[in-house]
Amino acid sequence: MNIIVCLKQVPDTEAPIRIRPDGTGIDETGLNLVMNYYDEHATEAALRLREQFGGTVTAVAVGPERAREALRQALAMGADEAALLRDPQLDGADHLQVARALAAFITPRTPDVVICGKLSTDDNAAVVGPALAEVLDLPQATAIARLEVDPNRARATVHRELEGAVEVLEVPLPALFTVERSLNEPRYPSLPGIMKAKRKEIAVMDLAALGLSPEEVGSPGAVLERLTSPPGRTAGVQVNGAEPEAAVEAIITFLSERAKVL
Amino acid sequence: MNLELSEEHRLLQATVREFAAREIAPAAARLDREARYPAELIARAAALGLMGLMIPEQYGGAGMDGVANVIVQEELARASAGVQVIVSVNNSLVADPILRFGTEEQKRRYLPPLTEGRSLGCYCLTESSAGSDAMALETRAGLRGGEWVITGRKLFVTNGVEADLCIVYARSEDVPGARGLSAFLVEKSFPGIQVGKVEHKLGIRCSSTAEILLDDCRVPAENLLGRRGEGGKIALATLDGGRIGIAAQAIGLARAALEEATAYVSQRRLFGRALRDFQATQWALADMATRTDAARLLAYRAAWLRDRGERCTREAAVAKLIASETAMWATHRAVQLFGGYGYIQDYPLERYFRDAKITEIYEGTSEILRLVISRDVLGSKGTARP
Repeated sequence: MNIIVCLKQVPDTEAPIRIRPDGTGIDETGLNLVMNYYDEHATEAALRLREQFGGTVTAVAVGPERAREALRQALAMGADEAALLRDPQLDGADHLQVARALAAFITPRTPDVVICGKLSTDDNAAVVGPALAEVLDLPQATAIARLEVDPNRARATVHRELEGAVEVLEVPLPALFTVERSLNEPRYPSLPGIMKAKRKEIAVMDLAALGLSPEEVGSPGAVLERLTSPPGRTAGVQVNGAEPEAAVEAIITFLSERAKVL
Repeated sequence: MNLELSEEHRLLQATVREFAAREIAPAAARLDREARYPAELIARAAALGLMGLMIPEQYGGAGMDGVANVIVQEELARASAGVQVIVSVNNSLVADPILRFGTEEQKRRYLPPLTEGRSLGCYCLTESSAGSDAMALETRAGLRGGEWVITGRKLFVTNGVEADLCIVYARSEDVPGARGLSAFLVEKSFPGIQVGKVEHKLGIRCSSTAEILLDDCRVPAENLLGRRGEGGKIALATLDGGRIGIAAQAIGLARAALEEATAYVSQRRLFGRALRDFQATQWALADMATRTDAARLLAYRAAWLRDRGERCTREAAVAKLIASETAMWATHRAVQLFGGYGYIQDYPLERYFRDAKITEIYEGTSEILRLVISRDVLGSKGTARP
């Protein structure tokens, strides 16, 4: 089975985020960057399919040079190959451009399954996976929490967790899935896995190597104008020492006039 | 000069940090209270490759370097110094000397089980009247009918209860001091070896510390490790690596104290202010961070020298001395910042404080380390190696 898993390197969700003074992005100085958590689950899903059916797992990322570390982690977890798609035209790319670059890499490799995380925890857009399925012209199921491929690899049964219900879909292969964190428990890269990954080559491909012209990638439809910090939290209001009736009155006044929730 | 960790070191650090936080830390307080050997955690550590991390892949290890070992041991000790010492002893005091001094046959026979977690190792040097003065040990080994026969009592053996393989140092030659010693690979299943008294300890309570009794223990001739009379050299060369592992343990404990204290002083309020806003608190944290940093860099230096095949006796002693005294000092300081909460078992500070003390004692007391360092200083007319 030929499995492709798409990754992104993102700031650790526990890291404090500082915005650059000019608002053009976040300050990465000293920032801990990790593989997007959803992509760890995507990688795990890919490795389990390979363990079940044989074949190869190829990890691919669009990003700057530092994104190699996320690919190295995928290799250490057990992926067979990895490629970094890096091109000046992809700096500041929007989701559709990223999907086009990924599709150019994936199409000639004729995968049986393409797996992405449900979203990346940096911008929470959840767009690249569905857009990639469209560009590849593959059927897709998003945010899956269960994945079973039938023994002759013709179709997959997936569960999607909805509000108060589980949706069960049957999807013909090849297909693209984006995965929920409840799908599986990602393995730790083992120490021998880390050493094996160190010896593997990470292919670096620019747009020319992908056979994409600048026109095919297009210009970004969405351009980042500026980032601003959310407003800081203001102090709450305390009602002290009042009789219960007066305290209730004060709280109702606050909720209706200040907070405007009543 | 390059002080940056490599890409694989950083990936290793992130992996072991997560493993320690998710698998070891939640169990640490209970393991300490119950003084129970964490067999299931050690099995999981072995599956990750942590039990033979510096052993080449051909013998089942991960093939990593000594700097990687410092990274791993710090992360494990951050979660539990007791769990960490079980792993560290297997790596530094057992697998490492077999790799360095063993025959090809010994390496093939003993290293894969040790690295894969099918077997656990221990290091039997100390005796009741030979601790800091280890080379005065009295356990005797003699050749009888083509076999070695060993008799003696070994004390304070970490992993002594669970170990399957013991490296036993004994006097094989009729010579006093280090030159009379040899090292032996003794399986627990050999006739004449058994576990004696099991100690109850102040800290690192989930790792066992036991007496190992050898009474006419018969050991095949081919289980001599290294050459006859080379035991003292092997014991000391092994301790260079062991001390780096204990330095890393102490660094993990100091960091644990610093991190817990940092979190606590941010939420604790008194006299209408956060504890973190008092300068006395800030200076305490600054000193803890400074000493921990210094200790870590010195441990990296010692490991780096050893990786290059250079002598690192002095540097390993320096690293363990500063790291262990930092761990004791920082955990002591952090308990004081916590006040009463530092003294009770609802918080981990009292455990760190108890665990820290041993780092000033085992694998060379602070006094012995000062002796090692001062001998080198005087011998080299006071000039430090660049």
